[in-house]
Amino acid sequence: MAEVLALRVFDLDAHYKDFQALWAVSLDVKKGEVVSIIGANGSGKSTLLNTISGLLTPTRGTIEFFGQEIGDLVPHKTVAEGISLVPEGRRVFTRLTVNENLVMGSYVPRSRPNKNKSLKDIHELFPVLKARQNQMADTLSGGEQQMLAIGRALMSEPKLILCDEISLGLAPMIIKDIYKRLMQINAEGLTIVLVEQDIRRSLKAANHAYVMLEGKVVLEGEPSSLTEDEVKKAYFGL
Amino acid sequence: MEDFAQPIVNGILLGGLYAIIAIGMSTMFGIVKLVNLAHGDLMILGSFLSLSLGTWMGIGPLWTLLLVVPIMYFVGFFVQGFLLNRVLGKEMEPPLLVAFGVSIILQNLLLMIYTPDARSLMTDLAVKTIPITSYLNIPVIYLLDALIGVAVITILYLLFQRTYLGRAIRAASDDEVAARLMGVNTRNIYAKAMGIAMMSAGVAGVLVGMTFTFYPHTGPQYLIIAFGVVVIGGLGSMKGTLAGGLILALSQLLGAQIFGPGYQLFCGYVVLLIVLAVRPQGIFGTV
Repeated sequence: MAEVLALRVFDLDAHYKDFQALWAVSLDVKKGEVVSIIGANGSGKSTLLNTISGLLTPTRGTIEFFGQEIGDLVPHKTVAEGISLVPEGRRVFTRLTVNENLVMGSYVPRSRPNKNKSLKDIHELFPVLKARQNQMADTLSGGEQQMLAIGRALMSEPKLILCDEISLGLAPMIIKDIYKRLMQINAEGLTIVLVEQDIRRSLKAANHAYVMLEGKVVLEGEPSSLTEDEVKKAYFGL
Repeated sequence: MEDFAQPIVNGILLGGLYAIIAIGMSTMFGIVKLVNLAHGDLMILGSFLSLSLGTWMGIGPLWTLLLVVPIMYFVGFFVQGFLLNRVLGKEMEPPLLVAFGVSIILQNLLLMIYTPDARSLMTDLAVKTIPITSYLNIPVIYLLDALIGVAVITILYLLFQRTYLGRAIRAASDDEVAARLMGVNTRNIYAKAMGIAMMSAGVAGVLVGMTFTFYPHTGPQYLIIAFGVVVIGGLGSMKGTLAGGLILALSQLLGAQIFGPGYQLFCGYVVLLIVLAVRPQGIFGTV
């Protein structure tokens, strides 16, 4: 069976006003894969995810999602298409309860009818969210908030989930736990793009990896084929 | 004690009216951080709409609500969607100025159409009272104001808590970017929120028109009441809006009873200042 491309980014440029943040970035994500994008601070990883989800409009190049051009779509359209972003810094709705946060995740008309089932699935995946369902989201710990942000993104029943720095500021035990759950969802067929600064962990999880530096892709390949030395050089631009 | 029974009852009932005057403004501040300086004028627009529809169709003011409320929704949707959304951004001043402009335009438009004469929405309810004791009567119109006020606030509360629209409005006010990532078209949501705020202002306008006289220039007077309620009760809180309405109305009427009618407004503002000094975020406010 031919492998299906979930996401194809081709020759993508993006700007913040006059500052060019992405330079001819190309990237392929096959359906069912975990793809890692690693790079230092300011290398353009988050910009790339924001551009895919529509928060930023590309100035050149194309983004195809299952063969359909989505480069010009605004976020509420890309979510409806099936792309969910877990944003950097979690950004849970602090003045909403945990369950209200999750229900907001099923806002797009496509996923509303399955709200209760999705909610049950998320509660199974992250039991702590069930235990705290009526608490305000700002009373959760950092790790719990991250689980909430992931759960919320899953509520829209996406085909592709983009995770931006989900391990940032969390204890290693909790990171390990969150990654375990992510791999579990991936095993059920969800395609995942991970953006991380934590090289080792994200390489371990990925089928394919991209290293970014100063807005460009400087290295790519299967994690097993990349030597630590190569990755370090690409990461730091040595 | 007998002297105070009437002002206390009136104050409580009037509090419900003050709350519904303020709720739309409080909501919009809570959501878009917009200080809607045109709130009072938009409310008075509701009063004049009711006046025209009532005269034209020959129906009582309460029946005109069926038309005034939907029309006000579209007025609100338009004002936010086509005017205020354009200047929405990081700073507060541009929306403030646009709202101020809307206020001036509305006042003068109403002046052109309706002349500066005093108007009121005629209803038999205005003169009816329910006698309780020899020294206490409940004015039916005040009772109606309070009941409708509480009902509207309850409906708004349920809307915000139980519906996708309400949750989306709250989510967007909490974190706009995250709301967009959930699939919320935030600009559209803001316009709908203003539409809903103006529905409540429309109801308030009809009630005010039935209870008091109004002119094309009455708007700012009610804007100030709305400000008072919101400052006392705390921004963006429904409970706070009800409490704020009660406290402002009670302090005005009790003040008038104790010091004389000339001190009615003065006493309201003194309480406002005390709240600002002691608890600047308002009684139920968090920010």
